[in-house]
Amino acid sequence: MSLIEITEVRKSFGTNEVLKGINIDVDPGEVIAIIGKSGSGKSTLLRCINGLETIDSGSIAVAGAQLLPDELHLRALRLKIGMIFQSFNLFPHLTAGKNVMLSQMVVKKVPTADAEATARKMLDRVGLAHKFDAYPEELSGGQQQRVAIARALAMQPMALLCDEITSALDPELVNEVLAVVKELAAEGMTLLMVTHEMRFARDVCTRVVFMHQGRVHEIGAPQDVFGDPKTPELKQFLGLQAA
Amino acid sequence: MMMEFTTWDILRNLLLAARWTVLLSLVSFVGGSLVGLAILFMRIGKNVWLKRFAQGYIELFQGTPLLMQLFLAFFGLGLVGVDVPAWLAAALALTLWTAAFLAEIWRGCVEAIVRGQWEASSSLAMGYVQQMRYVILPQALKIAVPPTVGFSVQVVKGTALTSIIGFVELSKAGTMVTNATFQPFIVYGFVALIYFALCWPLSKSSQILERKLNVAHRNH
Repeated sequence: MSLIEITEVRKSFGTNEVLKGINIDVDPGEVIAIIGKSGSGKSTLLRCINGLETIDSGSIAVAGAQLLPDELHLRALRLKIGMIFQSFNLFPHLTAGKNVMLSQMVVKKVPTADAEATARKMLDRVGLAHKFDAYPEELSGGQQQRVAIARALAMQPMALLCDEITSALDPELVNEVLAVVKELAAEGMTLLMVTHEMRFARDVCTRVVFMHQGRVHEIGAPQDVFGDPKTPELKQFLGLQAA
Repeated sequence: MMMEFTTWDILRNLLLAARWTVLLSLVSFVGGSLVGLAILFMRIGKNVWLKRFAQGYIELFQGTPLLMQLFLAFFGLGLVGVDVPAWLAAALALTLWTAAFLAEIWRGCVEAIVRGQWEASSSLAMGYVQQMRYVILPQALKIAVPPTVGFSVQVVKGTALTSIIGFVELSKAGTMVTNATFQPFIVYGFVALIYFALCWPLSKSSQILERKLNVAHRNH
């Protein structure tokens, strides 16, 4: 059974329809890269999956449970799916450790000592055990993003959504974040990532989704999508064909 | 018989009355903070009717002179048969007036928190109250401190208006002492100095807090 089932999802902002009937089923353990030009709807799709945007029609189900727009269902869904953002969005008034502890404690009511143990473990997993007491502003962008990953992991999600998580980073910091993601993929975490890192998508992902004008234009294994693009739009996007 | 007033007599009487200015300021500020907090949550909450009420409240109290509000509290309640002493009318009107301004100042502080903070805490399955309590308000508080302390200066100066409905605080005492001494320049000079002595530390600490909390360039 698929972990995430996206069926005929439509979404408009005003008169601008940004998602025009999306169908994707994600199996547990899959690593899916969503690529496409800006404005193709890829970030919106990701944001719909954890309810940051409400969909106009169609359905999204996670582990068999439908996504419904009321607070109770949304929170149940978000316990299953974590999200990582382009701009890190760490809580600036809390240390790295407290960032990872907070939601465990207030959402899952985990006792402080256990939450701290989990936080140390997760920070260690992203290579930042020594930054437990550092505030976000004392960390580099790459380190902040790794803390954000640890924070999402601490909630033990079934899948992670990554929304252009390396786009705000200086080039030399991209790899440390991608290395963490690669490790997660190897451990069997289900990942849906909007990315511009084509090499990473080719090397790590099980499937690649190319979105164009609000539709899934091409979908397939990375070697097919990158090696043998079928449509002129994808060819152009990959730079294989002049405009 | 003509009474002779020494400078110390004048100053002593003004300082005694200044206690009421301080007390009224404190009551209005504390009361106004509590009411303001309630208005703030109505204003930024999701309930449309409470939101409209809060908006109307803020517009009403910001859009009319404090003096009118004092008159209405003092004479208006008297008209409907409620006998309101001057101190109560003064405290009531100033509290409600302070609440309106603080609610609006704080709303700006809450809305200054970037959307990503809401989204990140949402994606971690936090509910609205949890987001407010653990993520948004602690950050908003930091931004709110300097303007809030700064506004307290307005409250202190606002208390001067209550002299008109007969509450004997610093300004009213100034008028009374002037009537007895016929030395308006000296008396009002002292009155002004005392107000300044109350307000200047507040303004100054607002500036220091602003620098200390270094809010301008944080989180970006």
